Amino acid sequence: MDGAFIIETIVKIVVILLVFSALSGFGTYVERKVLAFMQRRLGPMHVGPYGLLQVAADGIKLFTKEDIIPQNVVKPIFKIAPVITAATAFMAAAAIPFWPQFTAFGYTVHPIVSDINVGILYVMAMMAIGLYGPLLGGMASANKWSLLSAARSAAVFISYEVITGLALLAPLMMVGSLSLIDINNYQIGGISHWIAVSQPVAFILFWIAAFAETGRTPFHLVANDHEIIDGFGTEYSGMRWGLFFIGEYANMFFISFVMAIVFLGGYGDGTIAGALGLLLKVSFFFFFFLWTRAAWPDVRPDQLMRLCWKVLMPIAVVNVVITGVVMMLTRGNG
Amino acid sequence: MFEAIAFYLFAALTIGMFTITVMTSQALYALTAMAAGMIFISAFFFILGADFLGVIQIIVYTGAVMALYAFGMMFFDTTRTMVEKRENPRVIFLLGVLAATLVVFILISPIVSGHLEARYPIDAAVGNSQAIGMILFTKYLVPFEVAAVMLLVAMIAGIVLAGKKMDKSLTLMAEEEIARISAIQTSQDAKEGVH
Repeated sequence: MDGAFIIETIVKIVVILLVFSALSGFGTYVERKVLAFMQRRLGPMHVGPYGLLQVAADGIKLFTKEDIIPQNVVKPIFKIAPVITAATAFMAAAAIPFWPQFTAFGYTVHPIVSDINVGILYVMAMMAIGLYGPLLGGMASANKWSLLSAARSAAVFISYEVITGLALLAPLMMVGSLSLIDINNYQIGGISHWIAVSQPVAFILFWIAAFAETGRTPFHLVANDHEIIDGFGTEYSGMRWGLFFIGEYANMFFISFVMAIVFLGGYGDGTIAGALGLLLKVSFFFFFFLWTRAAWPDVRPDQLMRLCWKVLMPIAVVNVVITGVVMMLTRGNG
Repeated sequence: MFEAIAFYLFAALTIGMFTITVMTSQALYALTAMAAGMIFISAFFFILGADFLGVIQIIVYTGAVMALYAFGMMFFDTTRTMVEKRENPRVIFLLGVLAATLVVFILISPIVSGHLEARYPIDAAVGNSQAIGMILFTKYLVPFEVAAVMLLVAMIAGIVLAGKKMDKSLTLMAEEEIARISAIQTSQDAKEGVH
């Protein structure tokens, strides 16, 4: 392990942290603008041109707000819960290839912090741990809304992890590797080689589950404003609440990257066009999160559970079995 | 050198976390510390090069098992401290020390006697996910399948136990109907001698 490697890794980590913290802030601006346009409003307009500096204003507000810790909360757990949300979101980024490798000033850069051979499993594991932010925050808050939200988040995460796992299983059987780079290289041949084409059911299932994993609108009951106020975030203020926010938006970006790489061909053969394509796909998935929020109402918790266990899970299992049978038959002939 | 630093760091962290789990009287501390301890254990798998097992450790224990514990803890007030009833602390101490000594003895003895060798050593040609698959489906196929059948049995039993009254919804019933059903239930319990 030489010095250059350590420095390179640290630089990558800092760059990812800075870029995605900034993007999460910018994501809130984009969300407000997109929602506003879809509802025939203007959205933020006053701070800076087209309200562009609204993000900075919000950031200053969050950072300078007093850090209030209510009296009856379990203090250490209450304090650490937002950090868990933000930290696990960024830890998941360690195994995601954000860009094909390129050479700058005679030095080859791999824009992935660590190419471990169980990449996709690692990302899923980190997103699973992300559950502990809302869960512990809600349970430590000494507030009924928070506790309800914690119970909901535990139920939703555990249920929809089953869907993500089973939906990913079918593509992984075809690729035969858990590394995101291998998955990307499997689809190098163009659109007809994309896994979304050969595994449309898995793609749709994973996409639905992604909404539940990030707590976005059709499945936003973890912090549903009109029934449980802000859920686990009710008692939080200032930057601690901001960390929940950053974690949520970072998670949206990272799961968009995962969907683009696993199902839509990722960065393809690694040319500039492929890399720009990856960014376009990620932007589309991010935009789709916002689009759904403007277009769809929330579902009830019991509807969400029924959808998971009675509809999506059987489909996912059947999809895995069919994939296995087809693979067995085609291998037998060839 | 990095491996040694990482090993001692994570060893200390794991022991610290599980000590908190056992010693604390606050249920939420115990839950959080145990979840953290489970994650720190996965570090040992990563140090040993068993990436797959490390990630599975995180997904299964922290992501699923501990979350289910947390779900169980929703039913009591986690912001209060628990007062445990200790009738005979000496017996607890004695049994604890005995159990710890036995575990250390069991783990140390093969190392001391030099009989520790890998029965299925790592094949450098295949990755460790593939290696686990090969061993599971050749050397341990029967236990693997038995475990799968047992999980299926447990799942069916769980559905049967939990699904008794799933066709009725308390939310959609009228108040009188709920009162009538609960009255029938209490009279039945009284007949069966349930207190």
